[in-house]
Amino acid sequence: MSDNTHDDLDDLKSALRAATPTPDASKRMADIALAKKNFADLQGSRIDVRPTSERPQNGLIRGVRNMITSLSTRGALTATTAMVALGLVVALPQMAQKPDDFRGFSSPEITAVETSDEAPVLEMEETAGGEPTATVDLGNRTVLQADQDALTRSRDDEGRIGSDGYATLSDLAEAAPEPEAFAGAPALSTAKPKVAKREQPAESLGGIVAPAPADDVLMQPESDTEAYPQAENNPLKITTEEPVSTFSIDVDTASYAIVRNSISNGQLPRPEMVRIEEMVNYFPYDYATPDGPHPFQPTVSVVPTPWNQGTQLVHIAIQGEKPAVEDRPPLNLVFLIDTSGSMNQSNKLPLLKQSLSLMLSQLTEQDQVAIVTYAGSAGQVLAPTVASQRSTILSALDNLSAGGSTAGQAGLQQAYAVAESMVEDGDVTRVVLATDGDFNVGLSDPEALKDYIATKRDSGTYLSVMGFGRGNLDDATMQALAQNGNGNAAYIDTLSEAQKVLVDQFAGASFPIADDVKIQVEFNPAQIAEYRLIGYETRALNREDFNNDKVDAGDIGAGTSVTAIYEVTPVGSDAILNDPLRYGEAAGTADELSPELGFLKLRYKAPGASISTLIETPISSGAEDADGDIGFAIAIASFGELLKGSDYTAQWSYADAIALASATKGEDVYGYRAEAIRLMRLAASLSEQ
Amino acid sequence: MRMTVSDQSLAEAAGSGDAQAFSILIERHYECVFRLAFRLTGSKAEAEDLTQDICAALPDKLIKFRGEAKFTTWLWRVVVNAAHDRRRRVATRAKHGEGWGDWEKNRQAANAETAEALDWLTQAMCALPGDLRDTLALVLDDATHDQAAEVLGISPGTVAWRVSEAKKHLRALREKEDQI
Repeated sequence: MSDNTHDDLDDLKSALRAATPTPDASKRMADIALAKKNFADLQGSRIDVRPTSERPQNGLIRGVRNMITSLSTRGALTATTAMVALGLVVALPQMAQKPDDFRGFSSPEITAVETSDEAPVLEMEETAGGEPTATVDLGNRTVLQADQDALTRSRDDEGRIGSDGYATLSDLAEAAPEPEAFAGAPALSTAKPKVAKREQPAESLGGIVAPAPADDVLMQPESDTEAYPQAENNPLKITTEEPVSTFSIDVDTASYAIVRNSISNGQLPRPEMVRIEEMVNYFPYDYATPDGPHPFQPTVSVVPTPWNQGTQLVHIAIQGEKPAVEDRPPLNLVFLIDTSGSMNQSNKLPLLKQSLSLMLSQLTEQDQVAIVTYAGSAGQVLAPTVASQRSTILSALDNLSAGGSTAGQAGLQQAYAVAESMVEDGDVTRVVLATDGDFNVGLSDPEALKDYIATKRDSGTYLSVMGFGRGNLDDATMQALAQNGNGNAAYIDTLSEAQKVLVDQFAGASFPIADDVKIQVEFNPAQIAEYRLIGYETRALNREDFNNDKVDAGDIGAGTSVTAIYEVTPVGSDAILNDPLRYGEAAGTADELSPELGFLKLRYKAPGASISTLIETPISSGAEDADGDIGFAIAIASFGELLKGSDYTAQWSYADAIALASATKGEDVYGYRAEAIRLMRLAASLSEQ
Repeated sequence: MRMTVSDQSLAEAAGSGDAQAFSILIERHYECVFRLAFRLTGSKAEAEDLTQDICAALPDKLIKFRGEAKFTTWLWRVVVNAAHDRRRRVATRAKHGEGWGDWEKNRQAANAETAEALDWLTQAMCALPGDLRDTLALVLDDATHDQAAEVLGISPGTVAWRVSEAKKHLRALREKEDQI
């Protein structure tokens, strides 16, 4: 009898197995795509496949952006309710937690329904309960979606109240909501600016406060709308497991200026504001000038690590050649100026006007200048004009006034069109985008914008991005635009910074000598047990990208110096953090005999060329001291590590960094280094508060 | 490389925002979700819809995955609850049961060879009360009694009882058939 019942079950089991159809391949793909999209909507994906061409992701922030872009009319209705809910949250100080704490925290709307939350599925039931008669398929899906939007929105809004819930709605300019998400976008054009243009005077980070635009009537729950790329610190790598490290150079300096601005205003920068390579590369160094066939020359030094006796630093210095000023090619500049309402602050548009007029002094009669503005609608303010007609250009600049919203895409398109009309053989053409980061109106498709910039890059027009002001600085977007457009990003907060970027380093910022410069270092496992690249998190490349000329990378301007620093742990050092594997392969190849620490390879393209050139040099061990420029670069790197709260610098303190920087300050013609030391002192005091 | 990482750590990584982990997880378990969805609903179309709903809601649910349950157990529970939810929406058990009928008609036309066995399956599953059917779907999906208990929020004893009840039903069915 029992055998018989067993048979029944077995029969049923095998019958079920036979009966279960395999899921439709296309259905499977669609479902998984939907799940991934929702996942990204919910909390953003933090992994970049190829960080140089993709803007670093913004974790939690993503959700809000997608929520906004995908707001349907129905969603717009609930948004109003959410605003009310927001007001409630703002009023309750104990709710101001860090965003992480909000994982799993339900919004007021949702808790109202979810009473006995435990089974992970409750919500779905309630959703269904809410709509018992929904048309089976579509109805339910919409509900799920709306429900999730509400959740995302609330989580994000709450997160924003937390001290570092840095979300930005101007992020709209970036990243990639799926096309379908955009179906509802038209309905949004009215709602968007209201939501996006929020600033919270009371908490404005820099203390620089924007007068709220007159049309801004909403509650303002977040402290600002600044956005910074989020990238994990480069981890320690084990040479035997991953001997090759590949990255793109980064000539931007924006991060240092932002850090300086924060510290000067009495607040330590948040870790994501700190990009160590940009801090190090902010300073001019007197590295060996190139004497070979290449436009730049790498110099590698190996020095002891000041913060760890058991490790060494591999300091890679790249110095670009400095062509004689009179030999420079004619320059076509198109200033693309953001004149949206948010630019109407003394540290934005007025500073921008002053900065650009400073730059004019560097131009000659062979150069041409045009000005395009974007606010509400894009327009050409100054037709291409010979740079020697200073008064015409200056009066055009003076007449700029701020007002309206930001039509970034139309502006860029027009600027590139004007730039193309100016091109003659041998010219260097550059679009200079000056903005406070609000880049949010008229973007029908952010991905298309990036693609657009990338195709313009291929046509030979360079893009520089200058950021102004604080409050809604979209550093992440600026980074992404500059990276995609063969350009550099600088942040200008004072006239002296404008002097540095636009006058002192005018040539470097304007004339490229090498495009798509990539660095690949292969460490010798027989000599180096572990290594770590300091900084360059947002510039990591895949190993195979090094030889792929289609993959974009950073460009070097005339006279620019670029520094990269690795912390390496020699084999046999006490400072090795990872234990050897018991079953690891026994080292013992021909390489073992090689005294080289590693092998440095660089690839670059001559400006405009499509085939890259390779430079190779071995890294040999040395026992130099970290003095002069190298020492100062290391001091700045350690300053960045301290600001980021790195685990690797152990007992190293601000005082140590200050001592090292002071000892290696050198001549410091422009006073940049003295300023950096002042900043370190200030940061040291702030960190003790 | 990452394919060998356990469900548990993938789920935790995904819960804290790792898109790659989530992607691997859903690729790995899609078939499992679909299979159980089919067994719970008895119709391919229903199972497809249910799977889609689950896929849509999974990212959100994953945040609440705390790792106290085995991931597959947790996922089963998500599927079972989603199926209950769906069943309720479709209103009546009777109508739900028809799913098997529709499906059976389609299959019959397509595959005359297995028609008899399927017919028996259709009858057998339809003849079971809903809770027994859910239990059986899980147990036949290689869930242990303990896991099935955890998924359904009942005691292992109840699962054992339901399975034996189901067996009784099946036996009765068999006997009835044999008599014919």
